[in-house]
Formats: sequence, C-alpha cells, structure tokens
Amino acid sequence: MNLAEVTGSVAAIGYGLAAIGPGIGVGLVFSAYIQSTARQPESSRLTIPYMWIGFAVIEALALLGVAFGFVWMGDL
Amino acid sequence: MLGQAIALPQSEFPPGVEDFYLPTVVPWEGTGYWVTKITLLVWVTVAILIIFFLTAYRNPKLVPTKRQWFAESIYGFVRNNIAVDMIGHKGVRFAPYLTTLFCFILLNNLWGIVPGAQISPSSHIAFPAILAVISYVLFIAVGVQKHGIGYFKHAVVPPAPGFILPLLVPIEIFSNFLVRPFSLAVRLFANMFAGHMLLLVFTLGGFAMLNATPLLAPVSLLSWAMTIALTFLEALVIMLQSYVFVVLTASYVQGALADEH
Repeated sequence: MNLAEVTGSVAAIGYGLAAIGPGIGVGLVFSAYIQSTARQPESSRLTIPYMWIGFAVIEALALLGVAFGFVWMGDL
Repeated sequence: MLGQAIALPQSEFPPGVEDFYLPTVVPWEGTGYWVTKITLLVWVTVAILIIFFLTAYRNPKLVPTKRQWFAESIYGFVRNNIAVDMIGHKGVRFAPYLTTLFCFILLNNLWGIVPGAQISPSSHIAFPAILAVISYVLFIAVGVQKHGIGYFKHAVVPPAPGFILPLLVPIEIFSNFLVRPFSLAVRLFANMFAGHMLLLVFTLGGFAMLNATPLLAPVSLLSWAMTIALTFLEALVIMLQSYVFVVLTASYVQGALADEH
C-alpha cells in the first residue's frame, strides 16, 4: 500500500526549498539598507550600489536553482 | 509571430525549454536554424542603438534637443552614478564601455515585454555568456595593465596570517576567476529565462483551464490579468538586471584597479 506516492518531477519542491535561503538573505539586505537610511538619510546615495551588489550576489543563488533545475531535469 | 499567436490556444500546458527555440524566420536547407526571431531581435537592438546615438550626437547643440538630452542623460547616468561612483575619477575612461553594455542589455531585455516580440534574446545563455566573457577579459586586462603580472598575486592572496592562506587562496581563486564570469552570465540569463517562463505559465495556463471546461473561464481571466501584472514586474526586473550587470562589472574593474593592501 502506498500512503504517499509521488510521481513525476519533484524539482519544484526542491526549488522551493532552495529559495528559502536567498529569500532570507535578500530580506536582510534590504532591511539593512532601510535601517541605515533611517539612521543616516544622507548616506542613502552612498550605499545604494552596495545594496544592489549584495542583492545581486544573493539572488544569484536562487537563480542557480532555476538554471540547475533545468540542467539536471530528469537526470538525477 | 502571428502564427505563434494563433497557435497559442493549442499549446501544451506546462511550458518547457522547447518554448525558447522558436521556428526559423528565414528557412535554411535541411532542418537547421538560420535566422530566428532571436537573431532578428539582436540585429534590431544593435541597429536601434547605432542609429539612435549617431543621430542624437550628429549635430550637438548647446541647448540640447529632446533626443540629444535623452542620449546625454543615459550616458550621464552611467558615467556619474555607476562609473565615477564605483571606480572613482579614474572610472571615466570606462564609461563608454559601461554605457554600451547598459544600453545593449537593457534593450535586449526589453524585448521580453514588448508586445509582438515577447521574448528576450538574453533568455538564451549564449548572449549573456559572451557579455560576461568580455567583462571578464576587461577586468583582468585592466588589472594586469595596472599591476603587471603581480595582479594575480594581488587578486588571490588576501592580507591574512600565513597559516590561514592555504584555505583562503583557493577560495579567492574560485570566487574571483571562476564564479564571477559564471554568475554574471547566469544571473542575466536566468532572470530573463524565468521571467519568460512565468509569463508563459500564466498565459498558457489560462488557455489550458479554458480548454478543460468553460466553467473555469473566470479563473482564466484572472490568470491573464496576472500576466499583465507580472509584465510590470518583468519591467522592473529588466531595468534592475541591466543596472546590476553594469554595476558588478564596474565593481570588478574597481577591484582590479585598487592599490596594494
């Protein structure tokens, strides 16, 4: 008897799990930017490029999940 | 393009990688692809950029015309807000490259939401990969020009106590010379790929539900409304990704130009 049978690809579940970390990370980046701007509004222009760099580097993790999901589709 | 629009209701529902390989526009002997929509869009992008910037600056006025003002503000934005802010006053000599990169990526990405085109050439890994290779060669060349061959030592040996170096040096090599070009390419590619896929899921999902039973027609309408909303999200992602690509290139160049620790 199969209680919980899963057929087909479970890649979507895997990607959902993989997106948790980058989700938290991106949230931390923007929260740090908002906090620093609230404390010191004149620094907002100075920190914008660093915010985007941090965002992009963290976001790359989630996007690797998208890419590898297709690369290894059905192989593993 | 019209043929695709007519074929839309009959498309298979879960969209996949094969949806990115569009039929060839100009047929070629055998089954090979020759000129596809992707090729055409890249040519149009290049043509628009060349013609726009040439005509905008052919006869510059002291009081700029609208077109000249627009071209100058794009260049000014990249020069002041990216090149000079990230690299410093030495960054001005990289502003032309960064501006070209920014405009090319922005226009290429924009095809993803232009009605009638609706697919971005950047959603094929080849274009982001070549752009990433150009930036990679650029920042290494700049580093070698500035520090000589010692640039590689400068780039991979951080100022740290000797006993930790066997751990740090491989990490630095991995992150500076392998991850950087790879992540530049994959970031742009995956954003455009995922964006196109997202729009396909909601468009084709609406048709799939409508084909299943007419009772689901309201949900189909909701699904298509979601497509429109997501198109605006895509517009945001498109701007952001072209900005991020250029900012990261500038930051790598800045790292290569930095003085010894």
